[in-house]
Amino acid sequence: MSLSFDFVWPLTGGVLIGLAAVLMLWLLGRIAGISGILWTSIVETDRHWRLAFIGGLILGPVLAHFFLKLPIPESGGQNWLLIIVAGLLVGFGTRLGSGCTSGHGVCGLGRRSPRSLSATLTFMATGILTVFIVRHLLTN
Amino acid sequence: MTQLIALICGTLFGIGLAISGMTDTHKVLGFLDLFGTWDPTLVFVMGGAVVTTFVGFHIVQKQARPAFASSFSLPVNKNIDRPLLIGAALFGIGWGLYGYCPGPAISSLAYLRPESLVFVLAMVTGMWLEKLCSERTI
Repeated sequence: MSLSFDFVWPLTGGVLIGLAAVLMLWLLGRIAGISGILWTSIVETDRHWRLAFIGGLILGPVLAHFFLKLPIPESGGQNWLLIIVAGLLVGFGTRLGSGCTSGHGVCGLGRRSPRSLSATLTFMATGILTVFIVRHLLTN
Repeated sequence: MTQLIALICGTLFGIGLAISGMTDTHKVLGFLDLFGTWDPTLVFVMGGAVVTTFVGFHIVQKQARPAFASSFSLPVNKNIDRPLLIGAALFGIGWGLYGYCPGPAISSLAYLRPESLVFVLAMVTGMWLEKLCSERTI
C-alpha cells in the first residue's frame, strides 16, 4: 500500500465504529461505551446483550483478518508488570471517569457532551504525556 | 432480537477496530507519540467515527424511542467533576503505557495471545478495585 493511501483503512474502520455506535443507539437505545458494557456485563443481571456485544468485538477481528487478509498486528511485548499496571489503570480510570475512548470519545463527542469532551481531552493529554515520558525521558 | 442486534453491532465495532489499526499497540503508541515520530493515521479513525456519530446520533435522537427498546438509556450526569477528570487522566496513563484502551484490548483476545488476556484480566480487576474504593468513600 502506498503512503498516500495509509488513511483509507483507518478512515473506513473509524466509519464502521461510528456506524456500530449509531446502530446501537437507534435500535437498542444504548450508548456503545465498551468499558461500561464490559463492567455491567459482570455486575448486572441484564447481561445477555452485553455479552453478545463483547462476543462480537472478538468475532469482528477474526472476520476482518480472515476475509480481508490483513496482517495480524505484532505483539506489544510481554513485559508482564507493564501490562498489569497499564490494565489496572485503564480499568480503574475508565470506571472512575465513567467511560473510555468509545463512550466519551466516539459516542460522547457525537452527542456534543461537554463532559465527554473534557474526559477525551484529559485522557488524550495524559496518554501523549505518558508516551513522551516513557519514550523520550526514560529511554534514549 | 436484542442479543442478535448487540452481536452484529459488536462485530461491526470489532471489524472497525481491527481494520483501522486500533488493535496494533505499536500504531496506537505511535499516534500518541506527538513529540516523536508521530503517526497521524489514527486521527482518521477518531475523525471517521465521530463524524459518523455526530450526524447519525442527530438523526436518531429525533425519534421518540429506539426501534427495539422502550426508551433511550443515556447518561444523566452532566457535571465535569473530579472523578471524571481524575479517572480520565488515569485511564490515559494506562493507555499510553501499553497502547490498549478497553475496546481494542477485548478485540485483541481474537489473536489468542496471553498478553491480551492478562491485560483484560488486569483491566477488570482495576474496575473492581474502583468499585471497592467508591463504596468505601460513601
